[in-house]
Amino acid sequence: MIKFGVVVFPGANCDYDAYYAAKKTLGHDAEFLWHKSRSLNGADVIILPGGFSYGDYLRAGAIAKFSPIVEEIINFAERGGIVIGICNGFQILLEMGLLPGAMLKNKSLKFVCKNVYIKIASRDNIFTNKITEKNILKIPIAHGEGNYFADDDVISELKKNSQIVFQYSDSGGKITEESNPNGSIMNIAGITNKRKNVLGLMPHPERACEPLLGSGDGALIFNSVINNLIK
Amino acid sequence: MFKAIVIIRKRPKILDPEGKAVEQGAKLLGFNNVRNTRIGKYVEFFVNTENKEDAEKEVYEYCNKLLANPIIEDFEYRLENVE
Repeated sequence: MIKFGVVVFPGANCDYDAYYAAKKTLGHDAEFLWHKSRSLNGADVIILPGGFSYGDYLRAGAIAKFSPIVEEIINFAERGGIVIGICNGFQILLEMGLLPGAMLKNKSLKFVCKNVYIKIASRDNIFTNKITEKNILKIPIAHGEGNYFADDDVISELKKNSQIVFQYSDSGGKITEESNPNGSIMNIAGITNKRKNVLGLMPHPERACEPLLGSGDGALIFNSVINNLIK
Repeated sequence: MFKAIVIIRKRPKILDPEGKAVEQGAKLLGFNNVRNTRIGKYVEFFVNTENKEDAEKEVYEYCNKLLANPIIEDFEYRLENVE
């Protein structure tokens, strides 16, 4: 049984969704980890959930990076531990420096909340390598600041190392401007670090883990991780 | 003691959709000469030291590590001596 640790920051609002998905839908163990804790309590996978940590003051994720638990998460990631940052969690990973780049306000200036299609751009990582069912996943997004930005050098590094994991696409997998909901460079929806044990993505897989919710595709990502760990 | 005044700007190459939207409002109000509206942040605070070099160092670090994100933003600051 895999143990997911769901970090709770003040202002997080997808922590229960992540907990529910891990425990009830995927059938594994899950535990909330308060941001002031200095222990990860033996979790195998750390989830930084979505929400508005510290009210998104200053910049999304900017203040959460100083929470006591963050130091433990950085150590955990440096030892190869698996970390998944979803939406605000992705923004926090960028501010922490575990992933490269930064988030800007959506190009449209609107908060966008809808189902989108994301194409699996790389399977050279534990988050997608066990997904055999499909190449295009239907998963919801809900953010106002998901416009991924990085300079040209970082983008070419990401490409070279196959660190771009998900790109916004149409339902057929075509990467188009119309299917880009926020203006991200190269339609980027999710990336990993170079070592490929840390994933950040704007779409919410935890909200799409059972068909009743409109899509079960999010579970494919978590199950890919689980299958890698169980082997 | 010093008062620090910090201005944070988006880097010139970074798109500023907020500035664009606000400028549309300017056009609607008839301000036809307004160009290139860009929105940043203004931060002020006090630094409790008499040594200007120490104050500068602390303000710079504060800006670089927290107030601004150097990937997308530039910052500038000035210090005023206060009694």
